[in-house]
Amino acid sequence: MTIALTLNGAAELVAAAPATRLSAALRDACGLTGTKVGCDTGDCGACTVLLDGAQVCACLVPLAQAEGRAVTTVEGLAATPLGAALQAAFHAHGAAQCGICTPGMLMAATELLATTPHPDEAQVQAALGGVLCRCTGYRRIIAAVLAAGSATTASAAAVLALGTATAPLAGAVGAVGESIPRLDGLPKLNGTERFGADDAPADALWLRPIRSPYAHARFSIGDASHLPVRLLTAADIPGRNGFGIYPDIKDQAVFAPGLARYRGDCVAALLGERAAVEAVRWDDLPITWQELPPLTATAAPGGPALHERWPDNILTTGRLRSGETPPPATHIAQGEWTTGFVEHAYIEPEAGWAERHGETIHVHGCTQAPYMDREEVAGVLGIAPEAVRIIPSACGGGFGGKLDVSFQPMVAVAAWLTGRPVRAVWSRGESLASSTKRHPASIQASAGCDAEGRLTSFEFEADYDTGAYASWGPTVAGRVPVHCMGPYRLPFVHSQARAVLTNNPPSGAFRGFGVPQAAIAQEMLWDQLADAAGMDRLEFRLLNALRNGDTTNTGQRLDHSVGLVECLEALRPHWHALRAARRTTGRTRGGVGVACMWYGIGNTGMSNPSTMRLTLAPDGRLTFHNGAVDIGQGSTTVLAQIAAEALGLPVSALHMVLYDTGLTADAGKTSASRQTFVSGRAAQAAGAALRGEILRRANAGAEARLTLSDGTLRVNGEALRLDSTLEGLGSYDPPTVPLDADGQGIPYATYGFAAQLAALEVDMDLGTIHLQKIVAAHDVGRAINPLLVQGQVEGGIAQGIGLALMEEYLPGRTENLHDYLIPTIGDVPEIETILIEAREPLGPFGAKGIGEPALVPTAPAILSAIRDATGATLRRVPALPHRVLEALRGH
Amino acid sequence: MDGYLRPRTLDDALAMLAATPGCQVLAGGTDVFPARTGAEVWLKRDNRPLLDLSGIAALAGITETATGWRIGALATWTEFCATQLPPAFDGLKQAARQVGGAQVQNRGTLLGNLCNASPAADGAPPLLTLDAQVELSGPAGGRVLPLAAFLLGNRRTALAPGEIATALLLPHPPEGAMGGFMKLGARSHLVISIAMVAGTLALEGGVVRHARLAVGACSATAQRLPLAEAALLNAPPDPARLLPEHLAALTPIDDVRASAAYRRHAALVLLQRLVESLA
Ligand SMILES: Cc1cc2nc3c(=O)[nH]c(=O)nc-3n(C[C@H](O)[C@H](O)[C@H](O)COP(=O)(O)OP(=O)(O)OC[C@H]3O[C@@H](n4cnc5c(N)ncnc54)[C@H](O)[C@@H]3O)c2cc1C
Ligand code: FES
Ligand code: FES
Repeated sequence: MTIALTLNGAAELVAAAPATRLSAALRDACGLTGTKVGCDTGDCGACTVLLDGAQVCACLVPLAQAEGRAVTTVEGLAATPLGAALQAAFHAHGAAQCGICTPGMLMAATELLATTPHPDEAQVQAALGGVLCRCTGYRRIIAAVLAAGSATTASAAAVLALGTATAPLAGAVGAVGESIPRLDGLPKLNGTERFGADDAPADALWLRPIRSPYAHARFSIGDASHLPVRLLTAADIPGRNGFGIYPDIKDQAVFAPGLARYRGDCVAALLGERAAVEAVRWDDLPITWQELPPLTATAAPGGPALHERWPDNILTTGRLRSGETPPPATHIAQGEWTTGFVEHAYIEPEAGWAERHGETIHVHGCTQAPYMDREEVAGVLGIAPEAVRIIPSACGGGFGGKLDVSFQPMVAVAAWLTGRPVRAVWSRGESLASSTKRHPASIQASAGCDAEGRLTSFEFEADYDTGAYASWGPTVAGRVPVHCMGPYRLPFVHSQARAVLTNNPPSGAFRGFGVPQAAIAQEMLWDQLADAAGMDRLEFRLLNALRNGDTTNTGQRLDHSVGLVECLEALRPHWHALRAARRTTGRTRGGVGVACMWYGIGNTGMSNPSTMRLTLAPDGRLTFHNGAVDIGQGSTTVLAQIAAEALGLPVSALHMVLYDTGLTADAGKTSASRQTFVSGRAAQAAGAALRGEILRRANAGAEARLTLSDGTLRVNGEALRLDSTLEGLGSYDPPTVPLDADGQGIPYATYGFAAQLAALEVDMDLGTIHLQKIVAAHDVGRAINPLLVQGQVEGGIAQGIGLALMEEYLPGRTENLHDYLIPTIGDVPEIETILIEAREPLGPFGAKGIGEPALVPTAPAILSAIRDATGATLRRVPALPHRVLEALRGH
Repeated sequence: MDGYLRPRTLDDALAMLAATPGCQVLAGGTDVFPARTGAEVWLKRDNRPLLDLSGIAALAGITETATGWRIGALATWTEFCATQLPPAFDGLKQAARQVGGAQVQNRGTLLGNLCNASPAADGAPPLLTLDAQVELSGPAGGRVLPLAAFLLGNRRTALAPGEIATALLLPHPPEGAMGGFMKLGARSHLVISIAMVAGTLALEGGVVRHARLAVGACSATAQRLPLAEAALLNAPPDPARLLPEHLAALTPIDDVRASAAYRRHAALVLLQRLVESLA
């Protein structure tokens, strides 16, 4: 059946059934994959297109209703002045990070500006309120739309001048410290970016996992020959039926063999032609289930063992002992806090495909860790890692959730067995049910200070619900004890964190690895102590803040780049102004909160090297081989800036070969806020190495000036002729010393520091919170690209707001994006970012990392502000209105 | 999906509905499609054929009649907001601007919101306070039901098999009536109500002569609160006249969004604020 409509201005006959969702018709029948699918329920807005000029969720429109009407998609924008102006403004403002929400944002903004050319912020929020972004914190998107509205002339040429991922950006210098727009910007704006679901071969088979609907169940799979498709089970795995982050812990099965340990655990998969797979119903499956009682976090320690290997259900315990006996304290504070599961909610659900090439396999799709995926796929197939090539697609958000494999082993097994390309796309519901989460924490902590407010001790004990499988649980238990006292001078610390196995979804890596939860307890105690000591809460933190030359509680002396004091001092005038302006009586009361954080950059006391490579071919082609996956955070741009600066050429001179285990060396995973610092150092070294090679051949001095134009490299104006390709290789592994049993060692080579203020109002009768402003001071060592750093800060803050106020994943109950709430465009207030640059001598040009630090202080600052406004201490996040009201009344 | 029907007239639609048992009516699809997605996550596919009303011109539009307004089954939230109406309808307009985001408002219909019969349907409380009636058409002919008789429970309406809701009928509001709506949720946009309230008040010489108050998301269907309305009548509008016992008929539940006790409390606070804002 065909349906006639106008698509981006041209007549189009769409060959699809009338009930097909317009999003699917555009993507599958018309090949326009710029329209993204993040949920198929109208909740994310990634699929927003214009229908006769009005924005609609294409996933909710049957194709038949578009008959005879005009459909405009992101692919049609560049041809219109308004569309081009919006694209250019999004680019210049850094409004697209991962880019998965960008098409929807652009379409919603187009509808607005077509009718309201000069909107105000409230109109922008109302118009874009139906599109979710998990990366940017929305502020730059608002700024871009306002700017596009006020741009008087816009030209398509402005957009065409934008860079693509692999071709040089005309004219850009991109010196370190320069806010150039992202080098891989254009595809995110015109719909050509290829995410995990966008580029599988048309003849690929379709794979659909079958997951346990029970948190804990035995099951048996009977004869599946009646199914019109193949049913893959544990018996089909050629190699090891297990994966996991740690080389010695491969505890999660690709297809569970007989026992499901959480709701969402994968037990089998349907494999066949798409229509046949999609026709199979639950009741057709030859699976019999025997439900078992699920283990919860409170019952798990000492309860029946979930895995033989951990008889007491304690996956790991991390601890730190520092100081013999605490000095006498004048004031003591203590408390208990609990947090819930938090979902990454990247707008792009997991998706990818695999293809067998003889005795090797290629796996394409979204990931944060291609080399780790390579190991996992090799293990599951029982082949050598070299026989596996991971080719990451664009990644529509990760935040830690795409560090673990998901579709990769399954599609690899299926492609290996059938010899056909095999693809899989998780639905939002599957993604929510199956993916890892932020660990819920149950924390008890106490602290003391002397009469002058100097901290004397900090004691911390926490259970982190690590769910059914290990995933990153050990990492969380490792990071928490060394971070939980925060960036303060403490003569005595006892801390312990246990990762407890339960029948909940596996808790994994999520921006901050357990530290954001701990920071809530730590900062709430400081507020109590400051009050008890009669001190200003900001001055209390300043008094106790770590400074250069201090030794941390792991016994590490920090000689450089401890920028916390500068952060707090930069906030001080804002603190006083915001405090003076707040309303202290009436129905809504104002409060201002403050919180600090520190964050170790890179893996904890473990090697985590990165290698970068630059080549200069005889034809003058300069290529940067960069294996660090850019999941939206901007490493492709930042690392190019570093490499170019070290080399002495503008970024516009660089061609790029980006992350592909077949083409680029291992840069390590994109996590732990490590790419700018670790891969940045490697990029700097690669740039310096190539520069050294060039200067040696040209016999030129260190200060020589390089230029590259028309395929000719000139050294101090003299052309350099090459008969072979020159190479500059750079590697870096941050120096650390593993922690001993008491948590003593040098866990990280350097730390990011930050302090944030939150100003808000609490409705005293309803318990609702209205955020007014966040002021964030972050010591990043050196901002290689301030525009991108600010984007990271704002995005991290938005996730901190979610953690504090609305996000709580409950298996079986919030498995969609209308019950699982993440901040919308109206939930992120004005953010003022202050960048402090306390240079890190080890870092590239002094830089450290920012990915995770931005999120950590936000939730505690918000809770601190609620307490300031009301006197009530929240013990549980998210601070939903009914919990806030309960706390107010209990107070 | 096994079938898709797109009739051009109401008669054809009724005939198709009669001939295709188990068919699901489709208007804007903003409830139909998400429900199907939700089922598919666990391979519970909803294969009911769809009967799409969108091609039936007679069901479109919002028109003024001798007795009030007629809101066709295809009228969307956006269309409703763009219509010039007396201030009594302001509450319904405020609700319209808070149903989902702009995409949902551009597609979702007022009648679809009611036929879907979610306890948290934002259209229900303001429509109750406007004395809305639902016009139905079926094999046995047409009938008109007051909204309170149409909404029977969580996901339950008085729609009989083979029936289609063709319009909402809104009478002319009393002279001078003002309408309002307040919605409470855990985030600013795209949020299902924890509780919401709507009201219309008309004053004469500073004294309340007409009062309609309704609460949603605090019982299986939204409800008017006759006791609360009576408490306001014949006196100057005073939020303090509203008391917890006036809300006794509500039966809120504990769920992921809030506790039952909180809902009951919040409904009263919101009602008081609504009266304050309309005074
Ligand atoms: C992201 C998102 C956010 C939302 N937010 C809100 C919100 O804040 N508040 C809120 O109240 N709702 C919300 N909704 C729900 C929905 O948008 C509204 O209920 C909408 O008004 C439904 O109208 P529709 O035309 O899309 O209905 P459809 O989906 O077409 O139909 C809904 C139901 O009614 C039946 N039906 C529709 N029309 C008729 C008719 N004329 N006769 C008989 N049966 C009929 C259908 O069979 C179906 O069961 C949201 C939905 C989404 C996707
Ligand atoms: S895919 Fe349509 S709204 Fe998410
Ligand atoms: S940039 Fe918006 S979701 Fe990634």
